[in-house]
Amino acid sequence: MIVARTGNEAMAEAMRQINPDVVAAYPITPATEVVQLFSTFVHDGTVSTQFVPAESEHSAISACVGASSAGARVMTSTSSQGLALMHEILFIAAGLRLPIVICLVNRSLSSPINIHCDHSDSLASRDSGWIQIFTENTQEAYDTTLMAVKIAEKALLPAMVTTDGFIISHGMERVELVGDAEVPKFLGERKAKTSLLDVDNPITLGALDLQDYFFEHKRSEIDAMNHVLPIIDEVQKEFGKKFGRNYNTVDEYKMDDAEVAILAMGSTGGTGKVAVDRLREQGKKVGLIRCRVYRPFPKGAMLKAVSKVKVLGIMDRADTMSTLGGHLYNECRSILYDSEERPIMKNYIYGLGGRDISIEEIEDIYAELFNIQKSGEVDKEIVYYGVRGE
Amino acid sequence: MFPYDKYLRRDKFPHIWCTGCGCGIVLKALLRAIERSKIPKDDVAIVSGIGCSSRTPGYLDFNTLHTTHGRAIAFATGLKLAKRKLKVIVVTGDGDATAIGGNHFIHAARRNLDMTVIIYNNYIYGMTGGQVSPTTPAGKRSTTSPHGNVEPAFDISGLAIAAGAPFVARTTCYHAVQLDKYINKGIMKKGFSVVEVLTPCPTYYARPNRLGNAVEMLEWYKNNSIQIEVARNTSDEEKAGKITIGILHDSDRPEFCDVYSQLSARVREANKE
Ligand SMILES: Cc1ncc(C[n+]2csc(CCOP(=O)(O)OP(=O)(O)O)c2C)c(N)n1
Ligand code: SF4
Repeated sequence: MIVARTGNEAMAEAMRQINPDVVAAYPITPATEVVQLFSTFVHDGTVSTQFVPAESEHSAISACVGASSAGARVMTSTSSQGLALMHEILFIAAGLRLPIVICLVNRSLSSPINIHCDHSDSLASRDSGWIQIFTENTQEAYDTTLMAVKIAEKALLPAMVTTDGFIISHGMERVELVGDAEVPKFLGERKAKTSLLDVDNPITLGALDLQDYFFEHKRSEIDAMNHVLPIIDEVQKEFGKKFGRNYNTVDEYKMDDAEVAILAMGSTGGTGKVAVDRLREQGKKVGLIRCRVYRPFPKGAMLKAVSKVKVLGIMDRADTMSTLGGHLYNECRSILYDSEERPIMKNYIYGLGGRDISIEEIEDIYAELFNIQKSGEVDKEIVYYGVRGE
Repeated sequence: MFPYDKYLRRDKFPHIWCTGCGCGIVLKALLRAIERSKIPKDDVAIVSGIGCSSRTPGYLDFNTLHTTHGRAIAFATGLKLAKRKLKVIVVTGDGDATAIGGNHFIHAARRNLDMTVIIYNNYIYGMTGGQVSPTTPAGKRSTTSPHGNVEPAFDISGLAIAAGAPFVARTTCYHAVQLDKYINKGIMKKGFSVVEVLTPCPTYYARPNRLGNAVEMLEWYKNNSIQIEVARNTSDEEKAGKITIGILHDSDRPEFCDVYSQLSARVREANKE
């Protein structure tokens, strides 16, 4: 079925089809609608979910942890300050290996206070042990929400699927929905190995774990992360085969003969593709790489992609506050360390607090990348694109 | 005409509130209460969390602090302890004060720190679009309880009294004159003062609950509230469903800053010996 949906509506629609056992949430702009719409499905009996309107995000994710420990399929949605307030429990969800899924709408973290998109919220929780997938548009947000449940349950790790606040969350687009009956078939039931509510087989979760075994347990969690990429590949393939839409951990666009490329995450991937098309019409060999899966970092696929070009402009919608630039920039420099041939890289931190990035601006960045290719030199490695007084 | 202008940041207008929102009524009452207290502008600090109600300080020309959701009282606590001569006034919503910030609220009341907390109770989370809040009355509709709220509501004033607040008053936006009197009393009272004010949210509370427009909501407050002095002599049946307004509690208890100063003086003295 083809419908017109905003990103939030599409994610709510995916949740309706998933029909999780438990959803616990607290509202926050621009993610509010996801669960608000979903709550109408609960109240109308369209889904059989237990809905918990908690009194804060900390409580919401805590309720998710409890329910997931009992073996339930659990989802929630939040943004920015809400995700920050969940921070303590994010690590617990991952440590307990609970496959909770968050529909996360990216919005900058305070201060200064702002409600618009950047990636500071999701990236601030990149080390929490959650799988993180950044989507480019409404269709992908919908599809990825469906896939994330399966990925999380196979990996026994929690996952967040992100959309860009307002840009995707409130932008109306054409979305092709999977049939209602197809989703339960695709996902199957969650089969938890243990359940806190199974009184005949009592278990302990989250017990004190000091110098004796903490490290082994943490190591096994890290190892679980090592196994995630093949799981994502497998689920993406299955999804593609069943529903005809194919996804990769790293999305390459017109990269085969590209000389210069931009690497970005989220909705900027879409804007960038339009810029690529325009420049291609002028015969310019440009390409675009989009990091779709950010945690775990898809090293192999990313190396393959970035190694295709001479010059790479890396666009980060957040700063690491380390004075070393943005997240993608640092990841790429790290994975390229052992490579004989590395592209020249320049980091463009852009769009913080929702500042728009236009097709024309991305064309300008491509023009700059060609200049770098010509001169073989980067004047300034990290720039704050479009900032007054830069 | 009351000189509101001297307290306003005129350049911050127009405000964000919907037509008929009660927030403006509380804002004006707050200014009248401060004027009556004769406290110089620079000695007043107004602290808020996040929400429609919490946007109030943005329009006010005092020392103001717009903090994070639920944490207004926590920020105000630090402010008061560091700058005791400031009159600290917190403006907050029902969600800000009793959902995400509920713990700060009861513990500040328990401590009895000298500040005035004005809680705009519109029965929902206004800013995020009218979701159910801890004060949504049972059975009432919100965007996340479209067929009626199944949970019972908090009685904010009752909660404040139980947690130890020495001054607790409740009124409504209809009773605007009473409102500034209570806010003024709260400001003048040494200790943790709570003024709960029922504020109309015509956009997200009135609409799903068919309570009419802003004027009709104010009329509803008028017809459905009962002054505490009258309530005391009214049978339970007669006052069923009515909101008790007035000064619900007024007592005296040692104030936290004083207790703290006494303790530090005592310890300092003991260390000298
Ligand atoms: C940690 C966090 N969670 C959620 C939000 C989103 N949020 C902003 S205001 C608000 C509720 C406001 O309700 P209330 O305090 O009753 O004030 P009102 O808007 O009704 O005046 C919420 C949930 C936020 N800003 N921060
Ligand atoms: S949503 Fe409600 S509380 Fe918020 S400004 Fe509008 S009327 Fe006021």
